[in-house]
Amino acid sequence: MNPAIKINNIHKHFGDLHALKGIDLTIEQGEFFALLGPNGAGKSTLISILAGLIKPSAGAISVMGFDVVSQYQKARQLLGIVPQELVFDPFFNVREMLRFQAGYFGHGPENDDWVDEVLEGLGLADKAHTNMRKLSGGMKRRALIAQALAHKPPVIVLDEPTAGVDVELRQMLWEFIKKLNRDGHTIILTTHYLEEAEALCSRVGMMKQGEIVALDSTANLLNKFAGKKLRLTLGDVFLPTEIHSLLRGQEKGVFTFALSDMAQIELVLSALRTANIKVIDMQLNEADLEDVFLSLVGQQ
Amino acid sequence: MTKASKVSLIKISPRFRGPWTLLKKEMLRFWRVGFQTVAAPVITALLYLLIFSHVLAGHVQVYQDVPYTAFLIPGLIMMSVLQNAFANSSSSLIQSKVMGNLIFVLLTPLTHFEFFFAFLCAAIIRGLVVGLCIYLVAMWVVDIHVIHPWMIIAFALLGSALLGTFGIIAGIWADRFDQMAVFQNFIIMPLSFLSGVFYSIHSLPPFWQKVSQLNPFFYMIDGFRYGFFGQGDISPLISLCIVGTSFLVLALVTLKMLKSGYKLRV
Repeated sequence: MNPAIKINNIHKHFGDLHALKGIDLTIEQGEFFALLGPNGAGKSTLISILAGLIKPSAGAISVMGFDVVSQYQKARQLLGIVPQELVFDPFFNVREMLRFQAGYFGHGPENDDWVDEVLEGLGLADKAHTNMRKLSGGMKRRALIAQALAHKPPVIVLDEPTAGVDVELRQMLWEFIKKLNRDGHTIILTTHYLEEAEALCSRVGMMKQGEIVALDSTANLLNKFAGKKLRLTLGDVFLPTEIHSLLRGQEKGVFTFALSDMAQIELVLSALRTANIKVIDMQLNEADLEDVFLSLVGQQ
Repeated sequence: MTKASKVSLIKISPRFRGPWTLLKKEMLRFWRVGFQTVAAPVITALLYLLIFSHVLAGHVQVYQDVPYTAFLIPGLIMMSVLQNAFANSSSSLIQSKVMGNLIFVLLTPLTHFEFFFAFLCAAIIRGLVVGLCIYLVAMWVVDIHVIHPWMIIAFALLGSALLGTFGIIAGIWADRFDQMAVFQNFIIMPLSFLSGVFYSIHSLPPFWQKVSQLNPFFYMIDGFRYGFFGQGDISPLISLCIVGTSFLVLALVTLKMLKSGYKLRV
């Protein structure tokens, strides 16, 4: 079985800027994959190359075995991409847009049941005959997602799909996307909401300055990089220098330390005792994907 | 009714559904704003007809046995056909680019030829719809006879195809509305007004006659008019060859631009 996406040594230059520096990545069919990284890491450039909107300077990408440049028609048939920008066509209503989008991929009236399912699943059924111009921002975002799904693609790429979407809509969206994943669709997600990636995705790739700096299952990444988070309320104090390396954040007298093992708790507490600093409150949490993200890409 | 209608009036093979859908969308786009895209140019052409025929009728006789008002009508029809064919493809592309919704088409498996075909056909159809409406309204005002209907059809089709293609080039090239306005105001308008819509080029001094023959709009207007009156400033077959060749050259340039992804795919 061909992988859903196979990215082979992709480079992209924009003038002097080397935006992608030899990306290699394979995403298997049926995966729920998160592609994370700070702004400017190259995620959207990579997705645009996958979509055929940007030409690679070197390397190749295939979708289920079809090259996105030389076999672009077959590759795009298999791909549904939700663009990051909130774009819409002001001349048409939601249903018309979905029918057009399915039509571009060769689908006719036989696809209408699927269009109805997408409208229902994304809570757009009562807006089907509303002009795109008259939809709220959240509704436009949902219509954008519906458009990417209109031709029932087996591989779905969501580039920041929940930006500007409220919590209720976000939940509805994820329920629908999870159902699609259970039905066998491959999902590739980029998001700034790391808790979403952690909750939904089985595997994570993290990008920094045009390179993949981490690629593993979500569980492995959490084990490998994160460990524990120790939050101490200390008030307005100066920390002893020997524990500065463990400090990850400081806000209003609350200090957050990243610990690789439990033994480091005693190291922190003994340093505080020696410095005569009193602990007002203490919390110990499992680290999350945000900690992994910060430890890998946060120091720029 | 929330469920989609299962009735489709036209059965299209799945192979051709992509370009057909894009064509249908482009036609609906101009039809939805028909007052602006069809009614307004028809009214503008009729105003030209009213004013120029009122001012010049009786003072100007271009062809024997052809009243000036009748002489004016084919030129006005063709000018409107050309301007609207250009406006359709160029405005659709620049709007889609500026608003960002062209991405919905760029993400699809449509080939560069299918993209060209859909935008071209929509431009031709809008040009012909506007031209037909002007003709139907003008029939009420002036008695116009058609001598060579096939010439009229050939020049209307080729002329609208040529300007529709030029509109695609302009739409791809321009990044902003003001850049598009340069095409409209400094190329399309001067060439159409100086093409012999309101006069015969034989009424010009020899130097300006030569200059007029460099204007491709002249051949389209003159050939189209020949279809009505059986007489023109130049042989209609020469005009047909020039217009047809111009269309082929521009079509090849456009297809090359689309295939390379010029300004559409970075």
